[in-house]
Amino acid sequence: MAETTTHVAEPTRRDFLYIATGAAAAIGGATLVWPFVQSLAPDAATVAAGAPVEVDLTPIAEGQIVKVFWRGKLIFIRHRTPDEIKAAQDVNVASLRDPQPDAARVKDGKSQWLVVYGNCTHLGCVPLGQQGEYHGWFCPCHGSVFDTSGRVRGGPAPINLPIPPYAFESDTKVIIGQEATA
Amino acid sequence: MSQHPTTYVPKSAFGRWFESRLPVAGLVHSSFVAFPVPRNLTYFWTFGAILAFMLVAQIVTGVFLAMYYTPNAAMAFQSVEHIMRDVNYGWLIRYLHANGASMFFIAVYIHIFRNFYYGSYKAPREVLYILGVIIFILMMATAFMGYVLPWGQMSFWGATVITNLFSAIPLVGETIVSYLWGGYSVGNPTLNRFFSLHYLLPFMIAGVVALHIWALHVPGQNNPTGIPIKSGKDAVPFTPYATIKDIFAVVVFMVFFAYWVFYMPNYLGHADNYIPANPAVTPSHIVPEWYFLPFYAILRAIPDKLGGVIAMGAAIVIWVFMPWLDTSKVRSTAYRPLYKQFFWVFVGVCLVLGWLGSRPAEGWYVIASQICTVYYFAHFLIVLPVLGFVERPLPLPNSILESVMGVQKGGAGMPAGANAEPQSKG
Ligand code: HEM
Ligand code: FES
Repeated sequence: MAETTTHVAEPTRRDFLYIATGAAAAIGGATLVWPFVQSLAPDAATVAAGAPVEVDLTPIAEGQIVKVFWRGKLIFIRHRTPDEIKAAQDVNVASLRDPQPDAARVKDGKSQWLVVYGNCTHLGCVPLGQQGEYHGWFCPCHGSVFDTSGRVRGGPAPINLPIPPYAFESDTKVIIGQEATA
Repeated sequence: MSQHPTTYVPKSAFGRWFESRLPVAGLVHSSFVAFPVPRNLTYFWTFGAILAFMLVAQIVTGVFLAMYYTPNAAMAFQSVEHIMRDVNYGWLIRYLHANGASMFFIAVYIHIFRNFYYGSYKAPREVLYILGVIIFILMMATAFMGYVLPWGQMSFWGATVITNLFSAIPLVGETIVSYLWGGYSVGNPTLNRFFSLHYLLPFMIAGVVALHIWALHVPGQNNPTGIPIKSGKDAVPFTPYATIKDIFAVVVFMVFFAYWVFYMPNYLGHADNYIPANPAVTPSHIVPEWYFLPFYAILRAIPDKLGGVIAMGAAIVIWVFMPWLDTSKVRSTAYRPLYKQFFWVFVGVCLVLGWLGSRPAEGWYVIASQICTVYYFAHFLIVLPVLGFVERPLPLPNSILESVMGVQKGGAGMPAGANAEPQSKG
């Protein structure tokens, strides 16, 4: 029988081939997994369905919250009353969990319109409007509280209701899903 | 496969011909006929058979439901109503499947707490036990995805809340969630993939069950005394003793199951799930199915999103470490007077957690959930390791035989055959 070379000190050509083969198999395997993982991502049709939506603001009365969908996600458009705006502005920003002044959450000169994503930042339920301690929103699922600026003020939600990309096309029309170009 | 060499000899010529080519009859014989079972097993040991029955029941009813069910967000709800109203016996098949999931969990919880009580997770059964924990996790995933399929309000919002748990992961959370959804919210792609996985996972469970039983047949079953089989007198053959007892238990369980199906088929469900999914409105009170409630309570007890998710996951994963957290040499709690008390307190805490999970997350419910959550983890991290050192266990019997027949005085006064014939049960 040929001597088996189990305790050679020097790496042999065979060792090199083993490692090279193993490495090729690992890279090949990972490459093959990639398309399968990617197939789970939002597909082209879903992304395409994310075209911006136009919303007419004229029928939205002061104090009213309207729900619209963009890319399958719920969005609140809230026509805030002067009291609600004042409540949102008169806050010690530094005391907030996710500190953001109200001015950063609305467009300049349009502080009566608040446009935010309508799913609680905790686990995605739809919070109820005009409820909770700050009369902004209250989430029935695990008790998160949001103010009239959509900022989290209590409960397990970690961050404020995020602002979707949107722009005013005119005083009575917003386009959701598109940033202002000007 | 089995360590017990089979004495199986095929009777027919065809049997011998076949056995020498595929020795499957011998495998069945050594595993389910000649296999030695402790003579003192109680009915708590029949839940394995009940679970096997429930898995088959779920697969059979599920395959028939899948013949009529449509995994499309626009049609799923209608197709389930179609099953309920138009398909012959569709109502029965669906109620069997929906209640079957609950029965499956009742059986698995009894089975798991049996293991906790009798120390079945300890050496040499650690791998067997961990395979069981894996089965439990797969069952939870299967049941969760199944509950999404009828696409009612609870389906939709349950799916939203549970998938959003992954958004707690720092940095990549949001991406992971959109990969789970196949979109920017729970929608048709989500329903499609959940159906695909709901069909697949039970067969994966079946695979792990095969490993579970294989691992069981190496050390054999534990028993109420926790001491191993030492001689043939401690055991009886699987067939007919365990076979008949298992079949009897399955039949009794079927009666219990049928009671739910025929008398209160919607008791364990939620009325909100008969409202079609509406992504603009969350039901006022969302709760998961009863079998997830203790874990849900732990999730909500932690006032931090990531922390809650970690605690909920840890509540299950910690089971895996039980064989090493429990430092007591004695398996059966019957011989552990102190641990026995802690065991029942733990059972109580789990039940209270389940009840708290069904309450709204407010006021003292939250505080109670927090206390119970702390106790839950303390049971594993403090009680189990410490008791092994401080507790004085009761004396163990010398053998299983002795525990059921009383101490034998040198065999005198009793004919030798009397205790070899295992007529009496433990
Ligand atoms: C581990 C085994 C299984 C468990 C625990 C389980 C659990 C569930 C649950 C909880 C539901 C929701 C029932 C309802 O409220 O309507 C469901 C639905 C469904 N399952 Fe399963 N299932 C299992 C196996 C299977 C298999 C193997 C299939 C297919 C071959 C299947 C097909 C379906 C279908 C089509 C539905 C939707 C119809 C309906 O909602 O009644 N299931 N499952
Ligand atoms: S989803 Fe809103 S508080 Fe949990």
